[in-house]
Amino acid sequence: MSAIEYQAPSFKLEDLWTDRRWRAIFVQILALAGLFAFLAYIVNNTINNLQTLGIETGYGFLNDPSSYDISQTLIDYDSRSTHGRATIVGILNTGLIALCGIITATLLGFTVGVLRLSGNWLISRMMYCYVEFTRNVPLLLQILLWYALVVHSLPRPKNALEPLSGIFLSNRGLVLPGPEFGSGSWIIFIALAVAVAGAIAFRRYAKRIQETTGKIYPVISISLSIIVVLPLLAYFAAGQPVSLNWPALSGFNFKGGLTLRPEFLALWFALTIYTASFISEIVRAGIQSVSHGQTEASYALGIRPNWTMRLVILPQALRVILPPLISQYLNLTKNSSLAIAVGYMDIVATIGGISLNQTGRALESMSIVLAIYLTFSLSISMVMNWYNKRVALVER
Amino acid sequence: MSEAAAHVMPQSQTDQVAVQMVGVHKWYGEFHVLKDINLSVDAGERIVICGPSGSGKSTLIRCINRLEEHQRGQIVVDGVELTNDVRKIDSVRREVGMVFQHFNLFPHLTVLENCTLAPIWVKKTPKVEAEEIAMTYLARVKIPEQATKFPGQLSGGQQQRVAIARSLCMNPKIMLFDEPTSALDPEMISEVLDVMVGLAESGMTMLCVTHEMGFARKVANRVIFMDGGEIIEQNNPEEFFNNPQSDRTKLFLSQILHN
Repeated sequence: MSAIEYQAPSFKLEDLWTDRRWRAIFVQILALAGLFAFLAYIVNNTINNLQTLGIETGYGFLNDPSSYDISQTLIDYDSRSTHGRATIVGILNTGLIALCGIITATLLGFTVGVLRLSGNWLISRMMYCYVEFTRNVPLLLQILLWYALVVHSLPRPKNALEPLSGIFLSNRGLVLPGPEFGSGSWIIFIALAVAVAGAIAFRRYAKRIQETTGKIYPVISISLSIIVVLPLLAYFAAGQPVSLNWPALSGFNFKGGLTLRPEFLALWFALTIYTASFISEIVRAGIQSVSHGQTEASYALGIRPNWTMRLVILPQALRVILPPLISQYLNLTKNSSLAIAVGYMDIVATIGGISLNQTGRALESMSIVLAIYLTFSLSISMVMNWYNKRVALVER
Repeated sequence: MSEAAAHVMPQSQTDQVAVQMVGVHKWYGEFHVLKDINLSVDAGERIVICGPSGSGKSTLIRCINRLEEHQRGQIVVDGVELTNDVRKIDSVRREVGMVFQHFNLFPHLTVLENCTLAPIWVKKTPKVEAEEIAMTYLARVKIPEQATKFPGQLSGGQQQRVAIARSLCMNPKIMLFDEPTSALDPEMISEVLDVMVGLAESGMTMLCVTHEMGFARKVANRVIFMDGGEIIEQNNPEEFFNNPQSDRTKLFLSQILHN
């Protein structure tokens, strides 16, 4: 080893704009300083203006009674509840529509995406038309369209459509028989938990059997039957503690049962159908991104088409599908704020709408709405990014 | 479906027919890519197919495991005629291995998993057994130490050797090679050819599309020259290289042996 001494980097003032490394740091410090100065100015300005106008600030209003009603609530709520409680109702409603929307949009999107690649000309054309139509019409319009369809084209409760006995579709929404849990129902829930655990155990067992003997069990169908049969057995063993609350027409509307209101239905349909068209394109692109050579190599080994899709194509396509899929989930969650157009009481309609109008606390209300959307979005993104990292491809 | 090691086939069985093609035609739309192909390959025979690009040689061997569909004529592989019957296609594909120009290893699986995927899911071999078989073949292509790596971490030559091992794990009776060395750097060609020579010496029935004329001289029983979708000439390597009959063959040989 030759004796080369380490030379400490010397620093001259002009390095700040001539040396690449120093310039990079210098520019970043300047930019950050500029940003902070701007924020300080805005905040200071706002506080001054509010003081001059004599407007109170603070989150104390959340404890005041809201004095407005909400049509769909997942928790107990009435007009004597506080603004804070109204906010929670809004959060739950946003969460509900986002969760329902994400599940159905994913199912529909994957199905349409795979069908669009179908060799059947008619099917692939139909899917093409669906995608091109729905993703090129503004979402707000679609929500209003579905709402109008439910409210104006469906009959009144008196003449409600009854596709299946006990299920009513009218301009007041979809009414289903609701479960009513009597004493002893807990046995069923325990049975369900046991069944899920059993299904997982069976999955492990089937994998071990395959590894040792090569025998392949139909894992999915057997797991599903365990999950269905065990709670059913528990239901009968416990003396049928769960009864169905059948909806019945009483006056101008239905009493009892479980009601999905028109606002919810319209928003759910529109978000699902709109987002699914984007997801289907993402899925199609993901599958097509896997080179045809992979399919051929799998076929040449004697692996059948459906197994090739499952073992070779989808695991690779998923890597391409996931990042844009996350964006679509976030879009759907944020797009659910269009709920206000049909009066679905989500977070924007409750704290960001009526509460804001009643109390005049615009800054506070909007900061809450912002914080909640950020929490929703960042959580989804965190979970999906973690999953994405898990399936990443190893190269070099 | 013989589970026995089919690659150590005694010479007495060489009169058995492995692949029989009679009057096979294929079109890509208007383009007539295979014209009246008649070819019979005996078990244990090693055939090299050469010809200019676009002459239909890849299409021809891809018809043998139905990656391409022929439109006229008859193809019988190991006693099973290829039709649209999926069961027949399945059974032929189980008996015929294929090695591709671009390796086509599964990048999301390790080398070992690449080799055990088909035995586990197609032949329902227990995992431990499938892994043992895989390690045997990985040792045979001289890369057992790479078993836990992913394809993206290997050189081209190593990847192609894994691809050969992956095919062998299904214990095929016939091996198809579609320009196995064309995508490789020059210094890696010989490591793959060595493996193929070893396979040939073990008695495997092989159909190779390749421009490696040294390989053809060394192992082929028969060299087939194709041009414009037709088999122009076929002969044993000695005669084929020293005494080509057709003008097109002579032109082709002068072009590829020139450099």
